[in-house]
Amino acid sequence: MAGTGRPRFRSRKLTDKAAGAVFRASSLLSAVVLLGILLFLLLYGVRTFREVPILRFLFGTVWNPDAYGEPAYGLIPLVLGSLLSTAIALIIAVPLGIASAILISERLKGWVRVATKTLVELFAGFPSVVLGFFGLVVLAPFIAHTFHVPSGLNLLNAGVLLGFMSLPTIISVSDDALRVVPHSYREAAYALGATPWTTAFRIVLPAARSGILAAVMLGFGRAVGETMAVMMVAGNAAIIPHSLFDPIRTITSTIAIELGESAFGSAHYYSLFALGCVLFIIALGTNLVAESLIKREKRSFTL
Amino acid sequence: MTGHEPAQGRRLRRTRFASNYGFWALGIPLAAFLVFIVYMFAYLLRNGLGVISWRFLTQPPLNGMTEGGIWPCIVGTVLVTFVSLVFSVPIGVFSAIYLSEYAPANFATRGIRSSIRSLAGIPSIVYGLFGVALFVSAMKLGLSILSSGLTLGLMNLPWIIATAEEAISAIPGSFREGALALGTTKWEAIRHNVLPYAFPGILTGILLAVARTMGETAPILFTGVTYYTRQLPNSLSSKFMALPYHLFALATQHDQMMKVRPIAFGTAIVLLAFVLLFDVVAFVFRLRTASANKWQV
Repeated sequence: MAGTGRPRFRSRKLTDKAAGAVFRASSLLSAVVLLGILLFLLLYGVRTFREVPILRFLFGTVWNPDAYGEPAYGLIPLVLGSLLSTAIALIIAVPLGIASAILISERLKGWVRVATKTLVELFAGFPSVVLGFFGLVVLAPFIAHTFHVPSGLNLLNAGVLLGFMSLPTIISVSDDALRVVPHSYREAAYALGATPWTTAFRIVLPAARSGILAAVMLGFGRAVGETMAVMMVAGNAAIIPHSLFDPIRTITSTIAIELGESAFGSAHYYSLFALGCVLFIIALGTNLVAESLIKREKRSFTL
Repeated sequence: MTGHEPAQGRRLRRTRFASNYGFWALGIPLAAFLVFIVYMFAYLLRNGLGVISWRFLTQPPLNGMTEGGIWPCIVGTVLVTFVSLVFSVPIGVFSAIYLSEYAPANFATRGIRSSIRSLAGIPSIVYGLFGVALFVSAMKLGLSILSSGLTLGLMNLPWIIATAEEAISAIPGSFREGALALGTTKWEAIRHNVLPYAFPGILTGILLAVARTMGETAPILFTGVTYYTRQLPNSLSSKFMALPYHLFALATQHDQMMKVRPIAFGTAIVLLAFVLLFDVVAFVFRLRTASANKWQV
């Protein structure tokens, strides 16, 4: 028994070492993928600037890569499209989201709370094409009819739809932010005679402000990065919009629309990677800021 | 002092009123949102349920997609989701094991965690671009189920890591210590005393990832999905049809858009049904495991 025991023990040690190495390698892959994405986007993206001056890309006001003779690669209309639709989304989703989160975290209990959170989470997982389809067949005719405009596929429609889509993110993250506020804060307020309402708005909400701001940031990220739904309802004209009822074209939908029709290796093809770069930077920045905000909130409660 | 009392009383009453009814006012937007979700669901069902039949589910599209069913899309979506999981589940679970059991609290670990969270926030269309550059072009996998599956796998990897890590670190340290005290190696302790108990939580995460992966369109758009193909995919290098892209194509690309609208509604319902099926199973699973976690004292 002692004779067989030793080699077996050695093989067990070996398996143990190997398992540890495999796990470590797997987890490194995520970092590699993130760097890989950045590398590919940069590598391909910068090739745009062999043909298009970088300033004309960043500050150009016309996006028309197919124009005969002189194609134009101006980022401004696309950035405006993304930012304006996202702004409308946040105007809708931030107040509604925070109000809902306060209710869910401070008032709802038991199965009502679980059911509400589940529905919200379920909605967060809805395929964006289905939402885009809903925007196309319901929201668009509704907008066209209500405001007497020829087409309901416009900035307003995109903004409203994005508002719905970022709502679950804002609700969930705000709810988490409110829930990590220690119970002693509330009890102290109650002890001074504050009502639950006063406590929620004067004590808990201010204490959770970094976390709430993180929720808004993540909602912003979700709206800027959304592709399919926005592409289906925004009208997709790459112009600088002058009213809520003008069609817009976002950065994301430009990539989705044009990647299929641009010739591999052309300036047009590479310019879409440059757009990807812009999205990547926005998304990464948003995430890092949100992350540090959440950390800051948690830290503020530890003595 | 007495002169102030009525004013104070009024203020107190107002505060009480706000506290009693204010929360109900907050419930209005939330209720409106929930009603919107239910309305949308009902609207899709009312318009699409009539199209759903056994033949719709099992036939290929016919006559320029104006008739017939969506069988190739169902097959494509199921296959491409499966390929993505073959890639992301092992790597995701391994990463989660490393992060919760092995990772030292240092700069490198913080970097890895931060990368994972960042990956989760990257727009899906950027994954699509990366898939085109890496899998389709650089690795020469072409437009295929494999390219699309790997792209989706990269996308759902951070979701799987996050839920799996949560499930694994919820197992109390005493479980590991019990095994280690009997002379097991670290891996044996994890294998026999941690993973079996973390399994339900890990599975919940995988089911949620399946639901969300099935509905994704942007990552597969340029890596292998196709508008129409007569053949079911017969290898990993085939192009394929998929439910979300089919819905998008019918709704916005088809030249007889109004004529195919009923089929679009039907496709939307089938896609939603798949997504909700996995979501609901995951939720039920989570509820049951939450109440079954008896070791939590």
